[in-house]
Amino acid sequence: MDFQLTKEQLFVRKMVREFAANEVEPIAADIDKEHRFPVETVEKMGQYGLMGIPFPAKYGGTGGDNVAYAIAVEELSRVCGTTGVICSAHTSLCGWPIYAWGTDEQKEKYLPDLLSGRKLGAFGLTEPNAGSDAAGQQTRAQDIGDSWCINGAKVFITNGGYADVFVIMAMTDKSKGTRGGISAFIVEKEDEGFCIGKTEDKMGICASSTTELIFQNCRIPKDRILGKVGEGFKVAMSTLDGGRIGIASQALGIAQGAFDVTVEYMKARKQFGKKLSQMQALQFEMADMQTRIEAARLLIYQAANMKDNNLKYGPKSAMAKLFAAETAMYVTTKCVQLHGGYGYTKDYPVERMMRDAKITEIYEGTSEVQKLVIAADIFAK
Amino acid sequence: MGLRIIVCAKQVPDTNEIKINPKTGTLIREGVPSILNHDDANALEEALRIKDRYPDTHITVVTMGPPQAKDMLIECLAKGADEAVLASDRALGGSDTWATSNAIAAAIQKLGEYDIIFAGRQAIDGDTAQVGPQIAEKLGLPQVTYVQDFQLEEDLKTITVKRALEDGYEVIRLKTPCMLTTIKELNKPRYMHIAGIYQACAADIPTWNAADLNVDPDKEVGLDASPTNVFRSFTPLPKGKGQMIEGDCEKDIGQQLIIRLKSKHII
Repeated sequence: MDFQLTKEQLFVRKMVREFAANEVEPIAADIDKEHRFPVETVEKMGQYGLMGIPFPAKYGGTGGDNVAYAIAVEELSRVCGTTGVICSAHTSLCGWPIYAWGTDEQKEKYLPDLLSGRKLGAFGLTEPNAGSDAAGQQTRAQDIGDSWCINGAKVFITNGGYADVFVIMAMTDKSKGTRGGISAFIVEKEDEGFCIGKTEDKMGICASSTTELIFQNCRIPKDRILGKVGEGFKVAMSTLDGGRIGIASQALGIAQGAFDVTVEYMKARKQFGKKLSQMQALQFEMADMQTRIEAARLLIYQAANMKDNNLKYGPKSAMAKLFAAETAMYVTTKCVQLHGGYGYTKDYPVERMMRDAKITEIYEGTSEVQKLVIAADIFAK
Repeated sequence: MGLRIIVCAKQVPDTNEIKINPKTGTLIREGVPSILNHDDANALEEALRIKDRYPDTHITVVTMGPPQAKDMLIECLAKGADEAVLASDRALGGSDTWATSNAIAAAIQKLGEYDIIFAGRQAIDGDTAQVGPQIAEKLGLPQVTYVQDFQLEEDLKTITVKRALEDGYEVIRLKTPCMLTTIKELNKPRYMHIAGIYQACAADIPTWNAADLNVDPDKEVGLDASPTNVFRSFTPLPKGKGQMIEGDCEKDIGQQLIIRLKSKHII
């Protein structure tokens, strides 16, 4: 048993920490305020390999592992939850399903551009009437001989407005239901009949582009199906197993970031003639938070390590996501409290971090869905 | 054929995190992270920019230090250097700038042909700015220190640099092979590439000892061979905060300054 990070993982942490401090943190508050998607950061992340960490060099990836990927999302999210999720959704939800389920031709066509960050990826499963209940898909894909014709709409799609490549779920045979009735497709931004709908105005991760996707007789070539006809639900569920490692890492990063600025604040802020850091009641709050953060980190790294070793990691990544998201909400709420009135203002980053934390309990499976996944595993034995 | 570039780098304690033992006046090194010296990062960056333009350029990073200096070399490789060499031996320990430049010059000679040697102006731990120039002297190379701008002509042999002066710069043209020492104004160093990290960690970084370098441990390198020794070190007391003079116009500010200087009998 080895709980030490590898040399490579330590260097990845060092690199991403430097990158985040110089390129991400200085604009984090502004892009949140302006609701501006940071295209320039995405381009830089691409240049340095951050958009293709856990993929082999053969397809333009870095040859890195999932623990390093988790570390990267964590470090980005420590200063900016938006930047963390851009990397996570792109890597886990678009790059990964194409890598795991794609044909050689599909991999060669899409992965080099995606993994180098020249193109941005997104994933579309959620619909207005199919959120946690993903089986209620109303988007249809019809086989019309030489191509597929897709009709319907997706909502809450992360990276939606800026993505070039989308992995989309659509019903191909309603009579077969979830298992067998849904198929996965690769849709390109320029495809005829495909457009971006409403951009959501959100509570947090405000610089992230969360949009509707609209398909109106969208015709795509036959070879854009990902996996076999009817395998879409498997593609989606396996993708989300990995995506949860990314979102758990985002949650962990947000918690760690809020914690770090609070430590500094407590060392400087004096009340009743003492620094906050000298007050035992508040020290205990911090001890409790750090313990939860470390526990979340262990669960995440373990899930990522299991994925790297081709072990069944789905329930573990659900636990990691559940616990890390709840930790992020717990820690950021406490950190705002420890900052007092200042914490409630936009002059201090904990206000943004608390808003950003909330989404981690909701997207890529709510906390309740994570419990369904974990419970299903308990009673399947 | 691209250029053959050698970059001299040093692993140093991160001065942002440094604490001084008030009793002994020496650095507390325990728990202080080690980093690639800042000016050396600029030296490597300029080499990498040449490689960006001429991809068959070959960059070798050379350093002298304890075995853990390999981590700094891994960082250089992860940024894009082709090769790295560590000169490390107990016999090299305690070397002053003269002895250090003997060892590094020997390592460079062992590496073979080169066109440009880049070194950072100075290291943030010793702040001597002597090792680069001494290496150039020992190798018999023309050198320009404090390089703030670098242009390489298409012949890949002629270089025009701007050398920073206190109140301006001078433009110097020279031919390869040469030694240039770099300052932070020259460029903005890049980060490591994630793929580079994985390749660099797997790379073989040779360690050369005094015998490999063919230097005499008694006369050329190490503490005993060093002509300079640290006699005493101390922490200077921090200076008080300066006074800011504010006024409506430059003339007004100037007048106030003169009054204050006169009142203190400085002028």
